[in-house]
Amino acid sequence: MQRIIEHPVLGPLPDVPMVKIIVDGEPMEAREGEMIAAALIATGKKYFRKTIKTHEPRGIYCGIGRCTDCVMTVNGIPNVRTCITPVEDGMVIETQMGYGVWKQEQ
Amino acid sequence: MEEREVVVIGAGPAGLSAALEAARSGAHVLLVDENSKPGGQLFKQIHKFFGSRDHRAGVRGIDIGTQLLEEADALKIEVWLDAEVCGIFNQRDVWIVRNKEKSVNVRAQRIIIATGAVENSVNFPGWSLPGVMGAGAAQTMINLHRVLPGFKVLMVGSGNVGVIVSYQLLQAGADVKAIVEAAPRLGGYGVHTAKVRRAGVPFHTSHTVLEARGTDHVESATIVQIDDKWQPIPGTEKVLDVDTICIAAGLTPLVELAFAAGCEPLYSPLLGGMVPWHDASMRTSIPSIYIAGDISGVEEASTAMEEGRMAGLSAAHSLGYVAEQVYEVGFKAAEQRMLALRSGLFGQKRRDAKAAIMAQTRG
Amino acid sequence: MEHTTSDDKGLKVSGAPNLAELHASPCYQLPAEDRRALAAVIECIEGIPCNPCETACPQHAIIVGDEITNLPIVDLDKCNGCGICVAACPGLAIYLKKHTFKENLAYIAFPYEYVPLPVEGQTIRMVDRLGQDVCDGTVLRVVKIKKNDRTAVVHATYPNGYYEQVVNMQRLATD
Repeated sequence: MQRIIEHPVLGPLPDVPMVKIIVDGEPMEAREGEMIAAALIATGKKYFRKTIKTHEPRGIYCGIGRCTDCVMTVNGIPNVRTCITPVEDGMVIETQMGYGVWKQEQ
Repeated sequence: MEEREVVVIGAGPAGLSAALEAARSGAHVLLVDENSKPGGQLFKQIHKFFGSRDHRAGVRGIDIGTQLLEEADALKIEVWLDAEVCGIFNQRDVWIVRNKEKSVNVRAQRIIIATGAVENSVNFPGWSLPGVMGAGAAQTMINLHRVLPGFKVLMVGSGNVGVIVSYQLLQAGADVKAIVEAAPRLGGYGVHTAKVRRAGVPFHTSHTVLEARGTDHVESATIVQIDDKWQPIPGTEKVLDVDTICIAAGLTPLVELAFAAGCEPLYSPLLGGMVPWHDASMRTSIPSIYIAGDISGVEEASTAMEEGRMAGLSAAHSLGYVAEQVYEVGFKAAEQRMLALRSGLFGQKRRDAKAAIMAQTRG
Repeated sequence: MEHTTSDDKGLKVSGAPNLAELHASPCYQLPAEDRRALAAVIECIEGIPCNPCETACPQHAIIVGDEITNLPIVDLDKCNGCGICVAACPGLAIYLKKHTFKENLAYIAFPYEYVPLPVEGQTIRMVDRLGQDVCDGTVLRVVKIKKNDRTAVVHATYPNGYYEQVVNMQRLATD
């Protein structure tokens, strides 16, 4: 929902270079090296995927790569755990529907 | 196949401490972690730790993490990050996938599994809505990633995790609207509950969350009082205007790797459920495999570090690296420090549960 | 707010100790009204395994002892009110107090780990253990020394009619 700029223990948010990511077709900025989920939360994105049968929204749950609730399609690869995958410049991130579709051959 | 004397799986407080102790004793150690950074959950612990000087009490978790990494650097411990351990075979062979692309087998003389634990969930209508998350997940977002997942938070659970994360949410600029606790009494240390209470956060004992509502994200939560049979009391519902619900309902040890390797399990509800049986030296029923930290029963970072030291020292000793007398002295000292951490009203139950595990014989 | 009305059911229900619990604990000693020096007041009544207050005190005025779960006890004859324990306590359960700083004003120095920090001369709202608004206070100084490791210690005065009631300040709004 927002970045924490000032913090009593961690101090001011360090300056890092910004990178460009594309989220559902929209160009956005992210902090270099941060996790995709963090970048999306900072932009206010409400949900990361919708379930296959009932189309319910899902977001982060465990935040440490265990629960797979936060998966999205990243650079054409579905089911990427966004909470432990860092952003890269030019990364294409898409809200995933159901199990997602492979768009890139590995 | 590559070979190493000791492979430590998981670079959190337990694994780091184990690797340090084994390396200090002279063993050649490989430390692997699936994450891109070491430290496990230590770097989101921004509060000052309890304990005594021997446990680095009064130092913030993040700074303890930095110290441990510096020590690992100084000892030139080999660390593989982005390295997922997929299995342990023949009690010795660790199958590791590096950087999601390269499969490597490492034959280890000793393996120390320090995989930690995962947060429990509580199921209620709406619990899968975005905005409902583990308290630890919120802590990761605010303290590691510096993003606030919400502005108005309901915390479910008043154990130390629930109250510490509530405090840290306040520090990050969020408003914690309430902390609900299903039991009639609060779980966490009084000093933690007192500091969030004087910051204006109300506690509701004998209360639980009934429902979360929202379209694409949490927009409100309904809490309700429960009776002594844990049943909701009709008419006591309250709707809270929140956008985030954090669940602090305990943790479950991450035991899959140990059990798949063949370590004998046992059930210890107080320590989080199924855990690998282990003796006082942290050795499992498979003599070449040790465990340390939350996998051996959910406790705290400070106890995890002590267990790590015990496992590392014991593994090195079993390889002949530590003289008998040195081992005895070192082990006794670690045991004493551990006893101090498990003492008092709060620690006694964990101490008893641990003793019950070690009273059994396996292997 | 309906939640923060007089909900004084004690530490394990309201989250904060009430006066009956504090008065029953040997740990809690409110400095006498005629004491001239500041003194440490500890509200740590559960016997948790922790002793940095003892090891941090340069006067050896706080005793936990060999059993790490003993309650910390302040020797008021030795305590000189230096305040090192206030930031050393991982539980933020220690503050300094004095009944009469001048005229009818009490003095308090309490730990504070939020942003923004108050500044010297600022009028703040003082709170009780339940977080309830009690009275105005005036900031004398804010100590942010390195040794305190990012725990600020706020020194303030407030009307001493609320001597025992006040323990901290209301968090300042972020802009």
